[in-house]
Amino acid sequence: MARGSVAVTTERCKGCGFCVEFCPTKVLALSSAFNAKGYHAPYMEDPDKCSGCNLCGMYCPDFAIYGYRFPKETGEPAEGKQQ
Amino acid sequence: MSTTVDFPIHNPVEDILRMDRIPTIWCPGCGIGTSVNSFAYALLSTGIELKKVAIVSGIGCSGRVSGYTKMDSFHVTHGRAIPFATGLKLANPELTVVVYSGDGDLTSIGGNHLIHAARRNMDLLVVCVNNMIYAMTGGQAAATTPGAAISTTTPYGSFEPELNIAHLVDAAGASFVARWTVFHVKMLEKTMKEALSKKGFRFIEVLSPCPTLYGRRNNLADGLAAMKDYKERSKIRNGAPTHETALVQGGEIVVGKFVDRERPDYLTLMRQQLGANYHPLPPQPDENPEAGVAKEDCCSC
Repeated sequence: MARGSVAVTTERCKGCGFCVEFCPTKVLALSSAFNAKGYHAPYMEDPDKCSGCNLCGMYCPDFAIYGYRFPKETGEPAEGKQQ
Repeated sequence: MSTTVDFPIHNPVEDILRMDRIPTIWCPGCGIGTSVNSFAYALLSTGIELKKVAIVSGIGCSGRVSGYTKMDSFHVTHGRAIPFATGLKLANPELTVVVYSGDGDLTSIGGNHLIHAARRNMDLLVVCVNNMIYAMTGGQAAATTPGAAISTTTPYGSFEPELNIAHLVDAAGASFVARWTVFHVKMLEKTMKEALSKKGFRFIEVLSPCPTLYGRRNNLADGLAAMKDYKERSKIRNGAPTHETALVQGGEIVVGKFVDRERPDYLTLMRQQLGANYHPLPPQPDENPEAGVAKEDCCSC
């Protein structure tokens, strides 16, 4: 069961692949689709494994991806992620 | 891909970036943006008010950081980031002044400024993004280019031994010296957070891939290959003597926090020696519309 997810701003991505390579649970893969500048942005290949750790967001040099945690079952928001 | 959460998804890094300037000019696979992420999370976690932070950059790819951060930021002439930051800190000691620049700017063209700021123990955080080459000007060999590396000005390999910046600033008297690569994002964030809460001259060297001008000629075809290379070659040795941390091409990359010592910084010494003769600047007017009134009140002339 996924504990989090990622939000990708496709148009900012330059397809470097850092997020795909360094995702600890190997959730992401580069898509075959192009963005407006001709780069392949990542997508969630295996969304159930995502823990929302945001390591992809830490690695992204173009601020194009952000990992977040889902609120806990108790209804309390996940730590520091709800705005 | 759709997300089904009932709260707005907001990347906290966007709070300190000028989002109208994004996307950046950096090449795909460049690591400067990754180091900015670590810096952003470190800065946000310290809770320092963003109005009290100033970023100074010199010329170069990493000099663009000052333009992308939503703080008081200055993009100054080549090599002169540290002198400008020194003046800024002395004029307004309340500011947290961060110098965010590249290896060519800080160690070659501004090399003496780096040595003397470390000697004075100026209260600055210097983040040196080391991509081992003059990237923005076309890939010329820099002082930090490792021996035998190929660049546009050294097509048969560099004949010069490289400069070990960590050793240089340690010898000059910096109070905090660390080195990480952009592969070590979490450690870099932790070290930056620690450095932001310290006083004195703090120097953090961040090794970053330059796929376009360094990697392409040195068997690291893209940023990912350089990151994997960092992962394989780097070895964490906190507290290692800095003379053992030279970056040799193909050799071990020693990373970690090398130096953390207490030494009185320039402002402290100045206040101690001047005593009653030290006169800080009068309070500066705020940015609010009543600033003009405050200025009239405080001015005696």
